[in-house]
Amino acid sequence: MIEVLATGAMSTVQDPGRHGYRRFGVGVAGPLDPLAAHIGNAMLGNDPKCACIEIVLFPFRVRFTEDCRIALTGADARAAIDGTPVWPWWSLTVHAGQVLSLQAPRDGGVAYLSMGGGVDVPEVLGSRSTDLKAGFGGLQGRPLRKGDSLACLEDACLGTRQRPRGFGVRPPSAAEAGAAIRVLPAAEWDQFTDEAHTLLVTHDWKVSPNSNRIGVRLEGPALAMRRKVELLSHGIVPGVIQVPPSGLPIVMQCDAQTSGGYPKIATVIEADQWRIAQTPLGGRLRFEVITLEQAQAAWDGQRRYVEAIRQAAILAQ
Amino acid sequence: MRTDRLPRVSPLGCSALLFEAQEDFGDAAQQRVWHVAEMAKTWPGVCETVPGMNNLMVVFDPDATSAQMLVREVHTAWQSEPRPTTGAKLVELPVIYGGAGGPDLAALADHAGLDVDAVVRLHSEALYTVYFLGAHPGFAYLAGLDPQLHAPRRSEPRLQVAAGTVAIGGMQAGVIAQTTPSGWQLIGRTEQSFFDPAAEPPSLLAAGDSVRFRPIGIER
Repeated sequence: MIEVLATGAMSTVQDPGRHGYRRFGVGVAGPLDPLAAHIGNAMLGNDPKCACIEIVLFPFRVRFTEDCRIALTGADARAAIDGTPVWPWWSLTVHAGQVLSLQAPRDGGVAYLSMGGGVDVPEVLGSRSTDLKAGFGGLQGRPLRKGDSLACLEDACLGTRQRPRGFGVRPPSAAEAGAAIRVLPAAEWDQFTDEAHTLLVTHDWKVSPNSNRIGVRLEGPALAMRRKVELLSHGIVPGVIQVPPSGLPIVMQCDAQTSGGYPKIATVIEADQWRIAQTPLGGRLRFEVITLEQAQAAWDGQRRYVEAIRQAAILAQ
Repeated sequence: MRTDRLPRVSPLGCSALLFEAQEDFGDAAQQRVWHVAEMAKTWPGVCETVPGMNNLMVVFDPDATSAQMLVREVHTAWQSEPRPTTGAKLVELPVIYGGAGGPDLAALADHAGLDVDAVVRLHSEALYTVYFLGAHPGFAYLAGLDPQLHAPRRSEPRLQVAAGTVAIGGMQAGVIAQTTPSGWQLIGRTEQSFFDPAAEPPSLLAAGDSVRFRPIGIER
């Protein structure tokens, strides 16, 4: 069991998301940075469907009422256990009574606390993810608050022989910092002007403070269309870059509606969606257009990377 | 193979495809969308199928199938004759028009050049078809609105519209299923609940269902 001692307004329980219910209007939810959440489970040997805690606003502090294996992934939130610093992307066993504290990451971003066995909240429509808009899933469909208690499901690995100081993995960001975010052209690509195509891939887009779990709004030059387009409502996925009449693009995130009607210039590839989420408010990002084959190769590469961590974690235990 | 009716295909990342019908939207085109959605959701590697307005999104696992194979399969399915929809139901919704639950009723009547009684009559005499669900859990886009009642969305959406609010957006009708922001014109209110995450299926309405509104009061 953990007790929440302090939290910002947007800490939520998230598993890989609520899939299969879009046709009822139910969005996916899930972690903003699915890669960090996935690696947290891999480091613990958890089932990939285990739920973790996503922390967006800091400080965040929890007390463990029993021994617990944890993994800290995502942004470097200057974690400490009873005041002793812990490396980012680190997994270790904490003991009953210890307090984990996270501070606002210097470079912004979203942090993840994964625990052996995963957070035990009831499944709603096949998922433990918090859907804040619909008000279900996670802990009573709401963000965590000071005073909340969360239990974990049984952790089969707890108590097995483990490295006393834990182990870490190399963060994915180190290899890809500053690289352009890769996108695929979407349905209305051809209906944007040549200038819009050039701007999309040459401008350093600024992440608006009005961004949230529904969409990341980008500030920069307006992307113009050759002519006005009226679209019928259609299904959309996280990563779709919609361009409303203002011309300023919005990258849809995991709490996006299931359907949309704005023109779509491109879609951020699955392998790079975590990098959008980890770009802080006010930060800059660039785009690069690639092919479907390249997108699939990037996805395969990312999954091999997570699988390698899963295998290495078994050996490290 | 007939190619004149094939949908336009575009990728949404590497695990979803959007198929947009190239025929005018209407009941016939939408039945084809439902038909392909039902067929495709049973195929290996398909995670879910999401009907839209005259289009279909297919979400898939790229490890278990490929975009190329799905495009071929969907094209074939698109040209088969849609089966009559099975399991569709008629849902009747008692509505109190106007008042606090329908603050735009009078303005909509003005816009249409009708009196309030005529708006209520036109709205409640039509038989609507659920084309698809989206926007928020349980929200059904209804086709069949009398053209005299078509009304533009508000330029500034309201920040809170209560669940059960009967609304018109453009040429579509609907009932807000969960308290949410909305730019639609609000004309009435029903007590019916549309979504329960503990139920299976969680939504009262499904694509292909019919809806009729029954006036139980008009507040002026």
